Amino acid sequence: MIEALDVDRIRKDFPILQRTIRDGKPLIYLDSGATSQKPTSVLDAERDFYENHNAAVHRGAHQLAEEATDAYESARARIAAFVGAQPDEIVFTKNATESINLVSYSFLNATVKAALGRPLPTGAQRFILDADSEIVVTEMEHHANLVPWQELADKTGAKLRWLPLDDDGRLDLSDIDSIINERTKVVSVVHQSNILGTLNPIDVIGARAAQVGAIFVVDACQSVPHMPIDVSTLGADFITWSGHKMLGPTGIGVLWGRPELLAAMPPFLTGGSMIEVVKMEGSTFAPPPQRFEAGVPNAAQAVGLAAAVDYLTDLGMDNVAAHEHRLTAYALDKLQEIPGVTIIGPTDTSDRGGAISFVVEAVHSHDVGQVLDDAGVAVRVGHHCAAPVCRHFGISSTVRATFYIYNDFDDVDALVAAIRAAQEFFGVNV
Amino acid sequence: MRLDQMYQEVILDHYKHPHGKGLLDPFNAEVHHVNPTCGDEITLRIHLSGQGAGTVVESVSFDGQGCSISQASASMMHDQVNGLPLDQAMLALGEFQALMRSATEPIEPNEELLGDAIAFEGVAQYPARIKCALLSWMAFKDAAAQAAQANEHPNQVEGESR
Repeated sequence: MIEALDVDRIRKDFPILQRTIRDGKPLIYLDSGATSQKPTSVLDAERDFYENHNAAVHRGAHQLAEEATDAYESARARIAAFVGAQPDEIVFTKNATESINLVSYSFLNATVKAALGRPLPTGAQRFILDADSEIVVTEMEHHANLVPWQELADKTGAKLRWLPLDDDGRLDLSDIDSIINERTKVVSVVHQSNILGTLNPIDVIGARAAQVGAIFVVDACQSVPHMPIDVSTLGADFITWSGHKMLGPTGIGVLWGRPELLAAMPPFLTGGSMIEVVKMEGSTFAPPPQRFEAGVPNAAQAVGLAAAVDYLTDLGMDNVAAHEHRLTAYALDKLQEIPGVTIIGPTDTSDRGGAISFVVEAVHSHDVGQVLDDAGVAVRVGHHCAAPVCRHFGISSTVRATFYIYNDFDDVDALVAAIRAAQEFFGVNV
Repeated sequence: MRLDQMYQEVILDHYKHPHGKGLLDPFNAEVHHVNPTCGDEITLRIHLSGQGAGTVVESVSFDGQGCSISQASASMMHDQVNGLPLDQAMLALGEFQALMRSATEPIEPNEELLGDAIAFEGVAQYPARIKCALLSWMAFKDAAAQAAQANEHPNQVEGESR
């Protein structure tokens, strides 16, 4: 059963929301899509780790090392459970960008090693590319899920293809069967667009990827924080997200992968912790997830992210999703009532999340953002690291409002009032 | 209201009625600069004549799109360098860069060098907007360097008029 979030109570858990900005104005934070704010329980968890349990994880013969390792591995288990995964399928990275690079470099490293005849883990054939191979993304990717694949294509000779956008801000899948074909080795797709808010049909794309034997990667940065996700039914081979967008600290990201694929991948970053036997002549590597966690890991951040997962679990992800859905519906209605405001992305709430981009006629996004800031309303302006989307719509930038558990209808009203103030300030006649 | 300090009337005037917008011939350097964080861009042409200390900025023209701050700044930059000896234009550039640092390194702005651009003192208080204000000036600096280089090797230059 869906329960309404008690936003007033939630807001009390976020110290930063109590402060004022720009000469005493209350903070209306509508930029959680860039990074979320952190509740006290997350801040406390990180602090408690450093104050009471700090030691290098997976090393040391002392009690603190045991406690630190327990805290780190317990965090892994709780984060795994949050998305319906097993602990060993969760790799900690510094952020989703690193996670995607980890996967793209697995293709590159397998390809390079195979060309030299080096030994590779069993099953690594799926990661070996040649000049006939194809890589598929979409036209709505964040640069983090585009540039690593461009680089992989550039280094291997593989061809990068993409599923195009339509003018409603949804994927045009009419050519999916030719774009994803028997030459496709990897398909990497954003679950919810960070700029358009569009929720993509992961089941449809995943089914086609599976049909041709391509590995299917899902960028879940804007979905895991906002809706229930279960990797056992999602249909992906890998998903990735960043902790800082879901109430957690910066410096911690997650890669979930199917265990047989993780086991088949050569390492990405190498060094301490990820090895098995090291000799001067060469080394062998630990099984996943340790194989992909070189160096002393970001234990305090993992502990902080686990606290964030606990916080969200207490709220219930179904309730979080329902709350954001209501806010999104309200905001779409209110924004479209303002003459001169155009939504960039789906204007209805079906298959849509709470990232709303818009442009204001005759006022540049940066200038809109500045007036909003003056009213205490924090939004993001620019291309949102999705420049090809802006190019598709013939614009250089948008204003983007994103919602989370601590936002309420009042925040939408403040946004709308500030947009009207921007129009007035710049003398736009509407 | 702090907004009025940033968006002074003269800035909004230049934004709505920019000077030097529209690319001119002849020119001996053209550059394209972007602000990667927001996607704003400018194409700038410069026509330099003479050499060494006698170099003169015969014309500066630009095209592009961007926020009020970047567009007004380009218009004011045009007013402060167009038709001037290059040495003097470079002094204006230096003064504008100093103005943009003035939040941490206060200066007494030289109104003669800055002209209307003195109105950007308020913008210097907003770190996120300093890049907008500097976009056209940096394009000018780059173009001037390229044009001066081209004038020293006139055989390789197209559009050279003298």
